[in-house]
Amino acid sequence: MPWLSILMGVPVVGALAVAAVPKGNAKLAKQLTLAVSLVVLALTLVMASQFDPSGPRDQFSEVHSWIPSFGVHYAVAVDGIALVLIALAVVLVPIVVLASWHDADQPEAKRSVKTYFALILVLEAMMIGVFAATDIFLFYVFFEAMLIPMYFMIGSYGGAQRSYAAVKFLLYSLFGGLLMLVAVIALYTVAGKGTFLQPELIGVIKDPATQKWLFLGFFIAFAVKAPLWPFHTWLPDAAAQAPAGAAVLLVGVLDKVGTYGMLRFCLELFPDAAKFFTPLVITLSVIGIVYGAIVAIGQTDMKRLIAYTSISHFGFITMGVFAMTANAGSGATLYMVNHGFSTGALFLLAGFLINRRGSQYIEDYGGVRKVAPILAGTFLIAGLSSLSLPGLSTFVSEFLVLIGTFQRYAVPGVIALSGMVLAAVYILWMYQRMMTGPTAEKVKAMPDLNLREKFVVAPLIALLIGFGFFPAPLLNVINPAVEQTLTSVQAPQFTPAVPATAEKKGPGQ
Amino acid sequence: MEPAEIVQHSGGVIGVSWLTIVLPLLGAAILLLGGRRSDRWGHFLGVAMSLASFVVAALVFFELLGLGADQRRRLVQLYEFLPAGTVDVKLGLLLDPLSISFALLITGVGSLIHIYSIGYMAHDPDRRRFFAYLNLFVAAMLLLVLSDNYLGLYIGWEGVGLASYLLIGFWQHKPSAAAAAKKAFVVNRVGDMGLALGIFVIFTTFGTLSFGPIFSHASQASQGTLTLIGLALLVGACGKSAQLPLQSWLLDAMEGPTPVSALIHAATMVTAGVYLVVRSGAIFEGAPTAQLVVTIVGVATLLAGAIIGTAKDDIKKALAGSTMSQIGYMMLAAGLGPVGYAFAIAHLIAHGFFKASMFLGAGSVMHAMNDEVDMRKYGGLASVMKITWITFGLGYLAIIGFPLLSGYWTKDGIIETAMEHNAILGWLAVAGAGITGFYMSRVFFMTFHGERRWDKDAHPHESPAVMTWPLIILSIGSVFGGAFLIAGNRFMEFLAPAVGRPEEMPSFQPFSLTGLVTLALVAVGVVYAWLKYGRSAVPAVAPRGSFLTVFARRDLYGDALNEALFMRPGQWLTRLAVFFDNRGVDGLVNGLAALIGGTSGRLRRVQTGFVRSYALSIFFGAALLVGAWFVVGNL
Repeated sequence: MPWLSILMGVPVVGALAVAAVPKGNAKLAKQLTLAVSLVVLALTLVMASQFDPSGPRDQFSEVHSWIPSFGVHYAVAVDGIALVLIALAVVLVPIVVLASWHDADQPEAKRSVKTYFALILVLEAMMIGVFAATDIFLFYVFFEAMLIPMYFMIGSYGGAQRSYAAVKFLLYSLFGGLLMLVAVIALYTVAGKGTFLQPELIGVIKDPATQKWLFLGFFIAFAVKAPLWPFHTWLPDAAAQAPAGAAVLLVGVLDKVGTYGMLRFCLELFPDAAKFFTPLVITLSVIGIVYGAIVAIGQTDMKRLIAYTSISHFGFITMGVFAMTANAGSGATLYMVNHGFSTGALFLLAGFLINRRGSQYIEDYGGVRKVAPILAGTFLIAGLSSLSLPGLSTFVSEFLVLIGTFQRYAVPGVIALSGMVLAAVYILWMYQRMMTGPTAEKVKAMPDLNLREKFVVAPLIALLIGFGFFPAPLLNVINPAVEQTLTSVQAPQFTPAVPATAEKKGPGQ
Repeated sequence: MEPAEIVQHSGGVIGVSWLTIVLPLLGAAILLLGGRRSDRWGHFLGVAMSLASFVVAALVFFELLGLGADQRRRLVQLYEFLPAGTVDVKLGLLLDPLSISFALLITGVGSLIHIYSIGYMAHDPDRRRFFAYLNLFVAAMLLLVLSDNYLGLYIGWEGVGLASYLLIGFWQHKPSAAAAAKKAFVVNRVGDMGLALGIFVIFTTFGTLSFGPIFSHASQASQGTLTLIGLALLVGACGKSAQLPLQSWLLDAMEGPTPVSALIHAATMVTAGVYLVVRSGAIFEGAPTAQLVVTIVGVATLLAGAIIGTAKDDIKKALAGSTMSQIGYMMLAAGLGPVGYAFAIAHLIAHGFFKASMFLGAGSVMHAMNDEVDMRKYGGLASVMKITWITFGLGYLAIIGFPLLSGYWTKDGIIETAMEHNAILGWLAVAGAGITGFYMSRVFFMTFHGERRWDKDAHPHESPAVMTWPLIILSIGSVFGGAFLIAGNRFMEFLAPAVGRPEEMPSFQPFSLTGLVTLALVAVGVVYAWLKYGRSAVPAVAPRGSFLTVFARRDLYGDALNEALFMRPGQWLTRLAVFFDNRGVDGLVNGLAALIGGTSGRLRRVQTGFVRSYALSIFFGAALLVGAWFVVGNL
């Protein structure tokens, strides 16, 4: 069964159907979108249940020739890493749809309500495609095409400075995409294998200098996407101006294409170059962790604050990817998923607050907990997940990234630890200013979460807590793929100084 | 003698010992999800879950007692928590004399404080939420002490930090409470960084996080590594246990409701650092430098806490200073190796009783005095609240080391051991005991004796039975606990399978020179306090005091120091980074865009259409670069 094609096809057909809904009937368009996204979610769960973690790496594989003269294929498959990221995307979409129910209704929106929801479905198909693509050219096409729906979602439905933010987002992404296109073409030419299929291109480029150039082409594109410091400045603008739902998909899923690309393409296709550039990447990551957190502390706008926390978190992910240990690699992959849930919850709750109060400035709030305890309580849980509190899933990934990085790079690992303290400052200080103290005058009439909003937040919190105590289902899927990746990179194995296992006894016994 | 071997266990009550954690956790979940519907019975559920947890812990304790002494380290595997790469952590519980002592203290004192809170929080509209947080705390604290590995310990460690945060800030409408809660969490996170670092070094050294294999292999690791681990763990311990230099949060934490101060910030959570050091004994014993630092931190804090205690007029803050100081004693003992461990933990348990009894007594007084905390507005309360007076008085006598009461046995044990180890540490600990005699007497006399300095609208009365019964039970522990544990080395024998047996069992000398000097100093402190605060009139407004008094009153300038060293520079750094991010990084990029695309104003106006034109420029650019590539590549 062509699972992946079906997963992409359903939202595309759904988008067309939504677009065909008569203009006056926005409600039907919304309901249809929600239904389609739930169908996709259900299909994904069925597919995931058939995934065999101990089986071959790429599963549900489909390969069809697309442009034979250049060896371009429509080739899709998933390994454990791609699978969990697709799952992340399809879980977030229905939640975002439900959360955005009234977001496109605003009079200053430039396009119709149904267009917004159709765009979400188009984006969903592309998000699935980009993680599933095993043909590098196909990946590139999705990588660039994803920008279009997101550009319209920000530019037509966003905040006051939406046009500036949308263009900035587009310019940065296109700049990165341009470099990647060059590298894709060059890779095709230099490899001389007449194919773009990623598995066939592993280990083909041997020349160190060529590897380095090609690596940079891919890497910069991904670093802009992720975004890694200092390529990050588009993100706060885009996330602050985008409607909350679009911000979730942007930061929660689209940006992960960058870190996913590093793991899948930069490491596997150019292992020597990756090792050569590791010190640089680790340095940039650590700067990003600390810098993003410090700048987050200084923000006055909660959406910008959340965006900067993500820059710090992306630093953790890239650090984990390039530490090239099994622990850090699994941790980084898990981090991509958890960060989607965590930041998703934060952005959506921020959106609910902004809808109520009409301001995204922290100082305009105060004492919200007294009037809206559920809203404040769930906001706190989402915030705690951002500071990686044990018991929430984000802790597991951050712990694995840190311990895995520390094994090989002790000093960066220790500096990154300071992110723990800084995260506590930015989250709890924001919570203190917005939710505690005497209730601000304009907040007094603020209603608590309604039923729809509870349905938005509840699944995210359930996932954060559930995977916080039982991360094994995700890790068992992720681990084999990460290990295979590290095998193709030929990363050295780690051995402890005094191996102590339960079976062996010390000489004293 | 080495600690006993850890044995896998299944079946019996020990096999279901996880219930101690799960029951209160379930209670917290029900109460938080239940919402207003559970308001009417929420507090009963909270108490029931805590009591049930205590019953399970007690049954486990008796089952352990039924086993031979060298069989009393049982490991109960729960489930595969973290299967990743080489980490692979199975969550398990280690039931041994050390962990079960803590479990009994946490659930026992915890249950009493739950019961007390029914009365204390009776008029609070959010009482249900309060019990939810208390239950959450009990669950997390039990996970901390029962885990068989450092990851589980860490989860519990941060879990109690969360509970502490929620409870300090329970009255969130008070900005001071919200700020204190945040401060506690952030300072604790600084400590947690140390703990995390220690865990990382442990993992890279031993390749596992489980206690059993780590401790049995500890002697094979280099001394430098063990010292590094020890010092990192100590940083964690300092954060959680409010030891210098991470002590500043504890005094502010008194913003929380008084039962919270009693349970979390006196009897249990703040002693977690002592637990960590004792549990990691195998590591510290291989790192004498780290041990020395532990003892120095302990002595410094026991003096600092005592000095702070002398100048506080807020009854809770005076008690908080005393908590710091008493944990300093425990830390000192924990740094002395196997001889000290039993005294450290015995003092910890005794302290759990007498300090909880005094904190709850303070709560009872506040309850009677319209939540007034200023002792200058108390005085002469002995006659109107007899039970509180007696129970507080017994706790007070226990803490100053009145002969044969709890503190006498346990604290004297610590002082004697320290004296044998290092005379300087020993005499400083003696001096601390003298100051304790003074400041605790000051609290006691200012509150219960002397003339009545009450506000006009104060009508003090004894608290209801639901509050006084826990006081009575705790004060019984304050009186007899120490003798029960120390006499005949009973506790030391009990603990030996878990922490190792010292080469020579200490023999208790009731009237050693050190003991007599200590008693004399305490007596001087008591008499001086009586002259100053019992017999003479206490001014209603605190006198300005000498330089030293101000020094103590301002917490030895700990906050000022933190502000100057960390907060101010941090604020500047934040401002600088935000400015740099807006002007520097972004400005550079925007400037570049302006340079290429004309003015940035034009850039803003351009909207759609850009997609197409840029798609076009991609291909031009790509073609250009591919061309360049071949040129460069052919060079």
